[in-house]
Amino acid sequence: MTDITKGAIAPPRSFLSQDAIQLFYRLLAALLICAVLAVLSDSFLSLGNILNVLRQASLTFFIASGLTLVVLTAGLDLSVGANVALSACLAGTVIHTTGSPVLGILTGLASGGIVGLVNGIMVTALRIPSFIATYGMLWVLNGLTYWYMAGETLHGFPAGFRQIGSGYLFGLPIPVYLLLVFLGIGTFFAQRTVWGQEIYAIGANPVAARLSGIPVARRLLLVYAVSGTMAGLASIIFLSRLNSAEADIGESLTLPAIAAVLIGGTSLFGGVGTVFGTFIGALILTLVLNGMNLLAVSANWQPLVTGVIVILAVWLDMKTRRRAQ
Amino acid sequence: MREAAVVAQPNPLQRIPGVAMVLALLIALFSVIAPGFLSVANLSNVLVQSTILTMLALPMTLIIMTEGLDLSMGAVLTLTSLCVAIVSLATKSMLLGLGAGLLVGTVFGVANGWLVAIVGIPPFVATLGTLGMAQGLSLIVSDGQSVVGIPHSVRDIYSATFLGIPVPIVMALVTYAAFHALLYHTRFGTYIFALGGNREALRYAGLSPNRLLIAVYAIGGAMAGIAGLLMTARMNSGHPTAGLGLEFDAIAAVAVGGTSFERGNGWLLGTLLGVLSVGVLRNGLNLISLPSSVQVASVGVLVILALFLDGLRSRA
Repeated sequence: MTDITKGAIAPPRSFLSQDAIQLFYRLLAALLICAVLAVLSDSFLSLGNILNVLRQASLTFFIASGLTLVVLTAGLDLSVGANVALSACLAGTVIHTTGSPVLGILTGLASGGIVGLVNGIMVTALRIPSFIATYGMLWVLNGLTYWYMAGETLHGFPAGFRQIGSGYLFGLPIPVYLLLVFLGIGTFFAQRTVWGQEIYAIGANPVAARLSGIPVARRLLLVYAVSGTMAGLASIIFLSRLNSAEADIGESLTLPAIAAVLIGGTSLFGGVGTVFGTFIGALILTLVLNGMNLLAVSANWQPLVTGVIVILAVWLDMKTRRRAQ
Repeated sequence: MREAAVVAQPNPLQRIPGVAMVLALLIALFSVIAPGFLSVANLSNVLVQSTILTMLALPMTLIIMTEGLDLSMGAVLTLTSLCVAIVSLATKSMLLGLGAGLLVGTVFGVANGWLVAIVGIPPFVATLGTLGMAQGLSLIVSDGQSVVGIPHSVRDIYSATFLGIPVPIVMALVTYAAFHALLYHTRFGTYIFALGGNREALRYAGLSPNRLLIAVYAIGGAMAGIAGLLMTARMNSGHPTAGLGLEFDAIAAVAVGGTSFERGNGWLLGTLLGVLSVGVLRNGLNLISLPSSVQVASVGVLVILALFLDGLRSRA
């Protein structure tokens, strides 16, 4: 990250052909995994399983899409999983006490957004490196959530609210529609708006971005707040699908979200990547984990495999970029 | 970021106030609000409980001095603790258990160093990946269950005394002396200062920064192995979440101790005082019956404050 002269700050649209090739490879990989799983397992191609994969991928995608913007600025948000847990517990409490799902949803989004904003303030105003600031935040949130819940489990939410996570519309799970909506918004924001382009510029070359008049601190604040808010959204989906909330639900969410971003081709060094790539990344990761599940591999293997995938993804990214130069 | 190419050793006098003040404040606070804090039994308890953290925080200091980070330490400790439990259970030998823990820890350390130095993956992501792997392996080898019934020879390490001093404290003191000698009185120590401050100078001197980096991470892994033995002895079992979050306490101790995350200099005595600060904070909160969740959150706040102050100082 000390070498900031590498990434030219041409607008990412000029990368598009390169991006398109990278995305094509990733789609190919996803299809290959599907083919292998279809051969190995009879139940893989069942409608129920495919919808399940999509629903599972959408949850990872919500967290990972906000995280993508953070990684595009060469930062990292390690607090997303803990943020989901706290937001879900707060939202669940509000729904229980007020009986209003709308207030609950607003609480979840607001709590996620505020956590993100605090992350942004630590990174911009206090100038703490993002990975260590958000790592501190992870443990603060974990502590708060466990203390608040005191070992209790919240469960039993109104039927209407549960539709968000477990309902269907025209045969497709509702989270899949949400996924398409946020995929569209995220792609449009990153590729077609000035703010989105500025985020790429900050990641590619922060000094040049500042010198060319981009309000770097404000854009960074926005990026961390968006990442937090998306974690808040994920917490709502989680809550309504599981119909319960516990303090420990976030522990297994952060690593897969980071894996999805990195598999999707977003570079840890900033300035390169797309929200659509992250969607493909979430899909690939979910397919792998789903496949292990179908092949009766113990769930104990999941962190190991996810860890290997994270390292492989970064390694591949560095290799292809080194060749491109 | 790297223009401050200070290979010179830091001036400890400038630093003593920061971390010593934190420790003194915490001790003063808890001797007032926590009944029984100042009793000899409790204070020696704090010391004994800080030994595992000391063994992680000292190598973490070296790693952070190279502008690195090891997020996998807690998970690797969990795995080595399980290895110690499983091997000593099978062979009835404490030494073989320790050997297994050391081996597995060192392998993970070398892997971390290789990913960071040779492959070039940023340390926090490389070690996040190996964290997942160590966590996964812990679940796999233990099948998510505790390993119980380990031999007395392992358990006794935690409760035995040597010349009237508990063995864990003796081990921590020996470790501290070894790290002090390594960092301040050997060439390798000087190279570690250079790894963070001025890597180019190492290259010009004909040394391989990559090999040195791998060695630094390997030391971290090996120490996680030794700490794994202490953990197994302390819990009298191996448990698949034994080391959860310990790397964070270690990072906290280093940050509070005044080692900078950006300038490649470190101070081992500061880390030791940082370990005691974290230990006193957790013990004191425990005495006024606040749950461990609050302790975790307070350590988080402590880290963020320390880093904020570090940032202020580096800009001043």
